[in-house]
Amino acid sequence: MNEDDLRQMIGRVQRGSLSRRGFVKRMAAVGLTAPMATQLLAIAGAAPAAAQTVTPYPARRGGGALKVLYWQGATLLNPHFAVGTKDQDGSRAFYEPLAGWSQDGTLEPVLAAEIPSRENGGLAEDGRSVTWKLKRGVKWHDGQDFTADDAVFNWEYAKDPATASVTTGSYRDVNVVKVDDYTVRVEFERPTPFWADAFVGSRGMLIPKHLFKDYTGAKSRDAPTNLRPVGTSAYRFTEFQPGDMLRGEANRNYHMPNRPFFDTLEVKGGGDAVSAARAVMQTGEFDYAWNMQVEDEILKRLEANGRGKVNVLPGGGIEFIQLHTRDPWTEVEGERAHISTTHPTLSDPAVRQALALLCDRNALEQFIYGRGGPATANFLNNPPRFRSENMKFEFSIAKANEVLDAAGWVRGRDGIRAKDGKRLKFVYQTSINTPRQRTQAVIKQAAQRAGIDIEVKAVTASVFFSSDLANPDTYTKFWSDIQMYTTTMPQADPQLFMNQYVSWEMSTKANSWQGRNIVRWKNDEYDAAYRAAEGELDPVKRAALFIKMNDLIVSSNHVIPLVGRPTVSASLNTLHHKLSAWDLTFGFLHDWHRAA
Amino acid sequence: MTNYVLRRLLIAIPSLLGISVILFTVLALAPGDPFEELATNPAIPPDVRAALRASLGLDDPVWTRYFSWLTAMLRGDWGYSFVSRVNVDDLILARLPTTLAIIGASQILALAIALPVGVMAATRPYSIFDQVANTLAFIGFSLPTFFTGLLLILLFSITLDWLPFVYRADLSSTGWTWVWEQLRQSIMPVAVLGLFQGAAWTRFVRSAVLDVIRLDHVTTARAKGLPEGRVTLRHIVRNALIPVVTLVALQMPTVFGGAIVTEQIFRVPGIGSLLISAILANDTPVIMAVTFVFACLVVFFNLLADVIYGWLDPRISYS
Repeated sequence: MNEDDLRQMIGRVQRGSLSRRGFVKRMAAVGLTAPMATQLLAIAGAAPAAAQTVTPYPARRGGGALKVLYWQGATLLNPHFAVGTKDQDGSRAFYEPLAGWSQDGTLEPVLAAEIPSRENGGLAEDGRSVTWKLKRGVKWHDGQDFTADDAVFNWEYAKDPATASVTTGSYRDVNVVKVDDYTVRVEFERPTPFWADAFVGSRGMLIPKHLFKDYTGAKSRDAPTNLRPVGTSAYRFTEFQPGDMLRGEANRNYHMPNRPFFDTLEVKGGGDAVSAARAVMQTGEFDYAWNMQVEDEILKRLEANGRGKVNVLPGGGIEFIQLHTRDPWTEVEGERAHISTTHPTLSDPAVRQALALLCDRNALEQFIYGRGGPATANFLNNPPRFRSENMKFEFSIAKANEVLDAAGWVRGRDGIRAKDGKRLKFVYQTSINTPRQRTQAVIKQAAQRAGIDIEVKAVTASVFFSSDLANPDTYTKFWSDIQMYTTTMPQADPQLFMNQYVSWEMSTKANSWQGRNIVRWKNDEYDAAYRAAEGELDPVKRAALFIKMNDLIVSSNHVIPLVGRPTVSASLNTLHHKLSAWDLTFGFLHDWHRAA
Repeated sequence: MTNYVLRRLLIAIPSLLGISVILFTVLALAPGDPFEELATNPAIPPDVRAALRASLGLDDPVWTRYFSWLTAMLRGDWGYSFVSRVNVDDLILARLPTTLAIIGASQILALAIALPVGVMAATRPYSIFDQVANTLAFIGFSLPTFFTGLLLILLFSITLDWLPFVYRADLSSTGWTWVWEQLRQSIMPVAVLGLFQGAAWTRFVRSAVLDVIRLDHVTTARAKGLPEGRVTLRHIVRNALIPVVTLVALQMPTVFGGAIVTEQIFRVPGIGSLLISAILANDTPVIMAVTFVFACLVVFFNLLADVIYGWLDPRISYS
């Protein structure tokens, strides 16, 4: 290996086409040690976020208590019923999946002996099955063996509609077969490039068959183990008060060597985000605080104490604007924004382009979101291998005016542009949330200077995000011209994320507005690319398809990405944690330790 | 007397039913469901969310839901939390001890301040003591608890670093360390609530005592040559207590209901914080149970106050 090869490889890491771990492995193959390889990356500027720096895992245990603060405490501890991340995290403290997603978007084995791949025969050539080899010698906290039967049971449990589990979406369309006591095969109806859904990450936590087998279907709510979990993780359950306190103690028979480091785990819930940040970074009462939805100004001031730090993990969450394709003000067959209509003014590409030019994304990042909202031109931002380089964003009121002038939108006496009697007057809705209202104000002001009149509307979050059929203000109905919210991407694969713009997912009265294509955009090229990506087994071609989809929807300007929404948390400087935006906070809890 | 109590209890039934109808309707009209968080998560198909709603009976008409709730409640079944998937009574019972301890202690503190200070101030009206007590009382009940709470945290936890500001219901230590730690973590929430309540009650006790102190029987008692202490305790305070008892009795249900704001600030895992998180999560069975029990307690303590009147003032009769 010569210098050129090395430089090329580092370049690939920087672009995200090669994982850091892959790089380190290749270096090890030519005799370079892991720390040396990491150093190389750091020198070349391909270092990960500060929180991710690799420190050697201590060769001892007995680290005392790990105290974590959640401003919303876990309310239940069955991973198949966990509605929010707080409940999933609570469950993840005791239950484990076969594999977890690390921050670079690759899989890391937990209960699996290895990650299935083409090379080790885990992935079928036709993409229709994946075979997981389970780690041997893993024991549930009560001493029973963990086997393939448990995995099969979880599939049966979650796919049963009577159980009403939240995870059912990951299990109902697959078939799980026990090959031997330590091997399970997940079979798909069609070639499936994204095979790492069932048994992986937040949706893959496994519950023990021997304790749940009498409580499936409608009886699932009566299981005593719903509140007293018996899992396989590094910490054994000791106590749970819903919404308040969760406690665990080190599992001395854990299946990973030297782990866990801490003797006890305490997760305290309740309160508010700002005081949680204080309890970590100012008084040091706690080691880690989850989900810091706090103004960056305050976080910076707390960081200045030198006791704790803020961890920003870029993920797929994005705050974005939708410009309606349909006419929300006319009723067709008793339905507003019917898919047979088109929006009277937003259907003009020039208007959409002007609105995109009027969104000052840098200002949003600088003055509203800080590190919690980096400006972006893409809808699909992460993992980096799926990020498009083709999209650019610009803020220019002058240019927006030019575009509108050229398209024949003339200012009226009141300064508002109009063409053929149609005026550029829009209702812009979002949920009530301070940064969102500030964003609305910023965009409204800019639009005014380009002769566009925006009426802002803010809806209580519980209404906006509800599935209430009777309410006209839900975001899935989208009965306004413009709306803004955040959509999240819980997995390191964009397939589920990008179905938000396929034509068969349109949100209409017929499907009770449950379709995911809320902007009701229809583009044959996009549909074709999505269909192709669903069955494309070559990861490079598949990534190219997703990048194409991103470019199509973003350049249509029906969707204006504003800022990314990374996961932000706070921790003490002495705590070494392993975090991932693609998995739960506790996804790699077994690796957490304190500096010597 | 028994008759009176029975009659009052019977009257209470329709009013409690009315309260429950209003509560249930308002909650049913409120938008949202416990599964909001699933809405923006692309990994959850929307029909999963719909199935979850259906499995909890959220799609049934309001009146069917109300009657099934009512019959269950009459059988002593408080319902099943949508969010925690456990029985509501377990949730409430787990949090009751903390609430009783914290709010109970603060009410005792409030009484311990209000009674002596109020009586002292009233027996020496417009003295220096009265002026100071009055001013402090004004300040005390003018400052809202969320403000004083934050102020105390800022001073004692952050600047001085003496007291923890995260309350923990299950301290791991035992013996005297437990007592010490419990004291350290309770002192701020109890002081915030107790001083606020105490300030309001002080003003009330003072004016009640002032009303009595000018009456003829007090002058008579003094003229008989009774010692001042005896006059104050037996002739003034006992009579002055009647309005105070109503006030305190009506305050008692809050011992159960908890203090929403203060519990939130100090992370006290009491009924108040249970209620607020249930409201935020649209967990109707928990909200119903807490508010309904609260309503029952208000009705009950009203009755209790009326009964205590009879004991304090034999002239009041219930025949």
